[in-house]
Amino acid sequence: MSESCRMLVSGNEAIALAALDGAVALGSGYPGTPSTEILEQFSELGGNARWAPNEKVALEVAMGVAFAGARAIVTMKHVGLNVAADPLFTVAYSGVDGALVVVSADDPGMASSQNEQDNRRFAVAAGVPMLEPSDSQEAYDFTLAAIEISERWHTPVLLRMTTRVCHSKTILRERRRLDAPEPRFRRDIKGRVMIPAHARPAHRRLRARLAEMQAWNETSPLNRLEPCGAGVSPMLGGGRASCTPEGGQDACSLQGGQDARPPKEACPAGSRLGIVTSGVAYMHAREAAPEASILKLGMTYPLPIEKIRAFAKSVDRCVVIEEGDPYLVEQLRTAGIDVEGKAELFRFGELDVKRVRRILANEATDEPPLPPGKPPALCTACPYRPVFTALRKHDCIVSGDIGCYTLGALPPLEAMDSQTVMGASLGTGLGLRHVLPPEEARRVVSVIGDSTFIHSGITGLVEMVYNPPPTGHVLVILDNGTTAMTGRQEHPGTGRTLDHAPTNKVVLEDLVRAVGIQRVHVVDPVADPAGFERLLLDSLASNELAVIISRRPCILAAGKIKEYERAAAEKCGACK
Amino acid sequence: MTNGVSNVVFAGLGGQGVLKGADILADAVLRAGFDVKKSEIHGMSQRGGSVTSDVRFGERVLSPMVPVGEADYVVVLSPDQVERNRPYLRAGGTLITPDAVPAGLNLNPRSLNVALLGVLSRYLDISEDHWHAAIRANLPEKAHEANLAAFKATRGCGESGK
Repeated sequence: MSESCRMLVSGNEAIALAALDGAVALGSGYPGTPSTEILEQFSELGGNARWAPNEKVALEVAMGVAFAGARAIVTMKHVGLNVAADPLFTVAYSGVDGALVVVSADDPGMASSQNEQDNRRFAVAAGVPMLEPSDSQEAYDFTLAAIEISERWHTPVLLRMTTRVCHSKTILRERRRLDAPEPRFRRDIKGRVMIPAHARPAHRRLRARLAEMQAWNETSPLNRLEPCGAGVSPMLGGGRASCTPEGGQDACSLQGGQDARPPKEACPAGSRLGIVTSGVAYMHAREAAPEASILKLGMTYPLPIEKIRAFAKSVDRCVVIEEGDPYLVEQLRTAGIDVEGKAELFRFGELDVKRVRRILANEATDEPPLPPGKPPALCTACPYRPVFTALRKHDCIVSGDIGCYTLGALPPLEAMDSQTVMGASLGTGLGLRHVLPPEEARRVVSVIGDSTFIHSGITGLVEMVYNPPPTGHVLVILDNGTTAMTGRQEHPGTGRTLDHAPTNKVVLEDLVRAVGIQRVHVVDPVADPAGFERLLLDSLASNELAVIISRRPCILAAGKIKEYERAAAEKCGACK
Repeated sequence: MTNGVSNVVFAGLGGQGVLKGADILADAVLRAGFDVKKSEIHGMSQRGGSVTSDVRFGERVLSPMVPVGEADYVVVLSPDQVERNRPYLRAGGTLITPDAVPAGLNLNPRSLNVALLGVLSRYLDISEDHWHAAIRANLPEKAHEANLAAFKATRGCGESGK
């Protein structure tokens, strides 16, 4: 193996490489840790990658690409799939002509999220096949496999990642290329227009497709049986020969279907531990129990139930090692397969080698927490600070939202009273205003960032105009000109595309006025903190609807923003 | 070493170059021909909070995370993060802190991550060429000279690896 073939890449980078090698025509998504780098990297590699206003629109754009017979990838964090669930559930019915790969990056342990929902449930609920990579090589292989499955069965495919797979760098050895399909429009009104008369047969087709995929998955190469003792030999390291695009013997091509290596010898009777696992939990399990037989599942919906049943029968003790919800345990027990799960305490947070050892040893005592780390904080010179200082000073009841500014809830500012999901600051603030006694209602302020406002605050603003509370309402849009928390991505309000090239700009104050707000103010909270405070007090006292756009670039983004603006101006001057 | 795998935990605060330091280490061991995995949490840690990154290398690495109590080396860039990360260290493991940099070195704080890599390198069997190549590959050209100097200064001083 030549050294140049070994690349140390993150799971996200591996997906981007696969999107490139898999001739993906368009990648869409909305930034969200731990998924953000996929599209950024795809763009860096020369791919056509775009930020959408939110995940729902991103998936819908990707659906159009796949309806046209081309390949699309759409990326989001786990909670983004809640936003995109509406189209997902019905594109599962209509199916696609090209390929539609939906990447859901889950965050067990909530390193940077508001919940640790387990999106494997979405695959079952929507009826879409699901692949779960365990490292960067598999993130690469499974992305290509997802494209092939999507095209073969005309179905969207869920590629379910987790933080550790997204952000761990592991070695990528092997690459291959897929030929690009030619996009073309094919009229199929019954297949694409999901009125009830068309959707009823589409649902039956969906179930038939899932049954076919389940049968295929029984022998698919995406699932690997490692007999006892396989954990002590260096089989992953030596198994792959080449990373050239022509490298023919790919472990994940849809042909074939043999386990990685046949059993060498019978395992000693009476000591046979079997583990069913998937994703990064496989890595922890393989390390924690080198003596165990492992059935490592790559495609976890529809499950290869008979393969798992036979495996469970072949061992004395069959334990499921999975992060998060007892998804596999429930599926297997429903199918009548006798497996052990984990104690409830292991449902919370990430797994690691130590925790897997404890699960296998049936230890369920409390785990001593690590000493707390230093929590993140708003930057010292963050332009949001004067805003939160004023909100705190006047004892406002702050309905907050998702972004850096959520850190305004932490000491010493402590100037945020609620925060749940993207865009909720509007509706929640209005609800508070509707029922609180007037003297309290008048102190309620909704606070949202620019990118979050575009993502899902606009409909909340429409609600504010449509159902105004008796005391009016005040919305503060913190416009720092970037999607700061996820690493300073562009959005429709910046007037630049994902790769920072100029495009049409959604002007927030124009949009707010167009919706019907009369009192619209734009203020720089750093240059004029007293002005901001005055506007806040006047707005609160007005009993009317008011929007204050607090505009000042993120201090971490300001330099780059100037660069992009300069480059755009030069380009503009050059063509005159 | 556990099962032939070396475990290094890098720790510090957001903005100190913890992730970059781990990147350079991972790249150097990759160049030396090892299997390697590097793991970390991005996201909110960008805002000045605690950051850690795990680097594991050897013949074959499985889990990307260093288990608590199994780190051979814990490299901490910020003194106030030492206690938080001490539990990662195995019995007999090596703790490397900014104290390992000689006071007379007049080090640019931005090169602290690379200087501590120089200290760490005294314990690892990785050739100097791989280290230099990794530093060059992971830092912008204008930072090469200062960081190579920081690395050489701390690698060369003190006792050699055990």
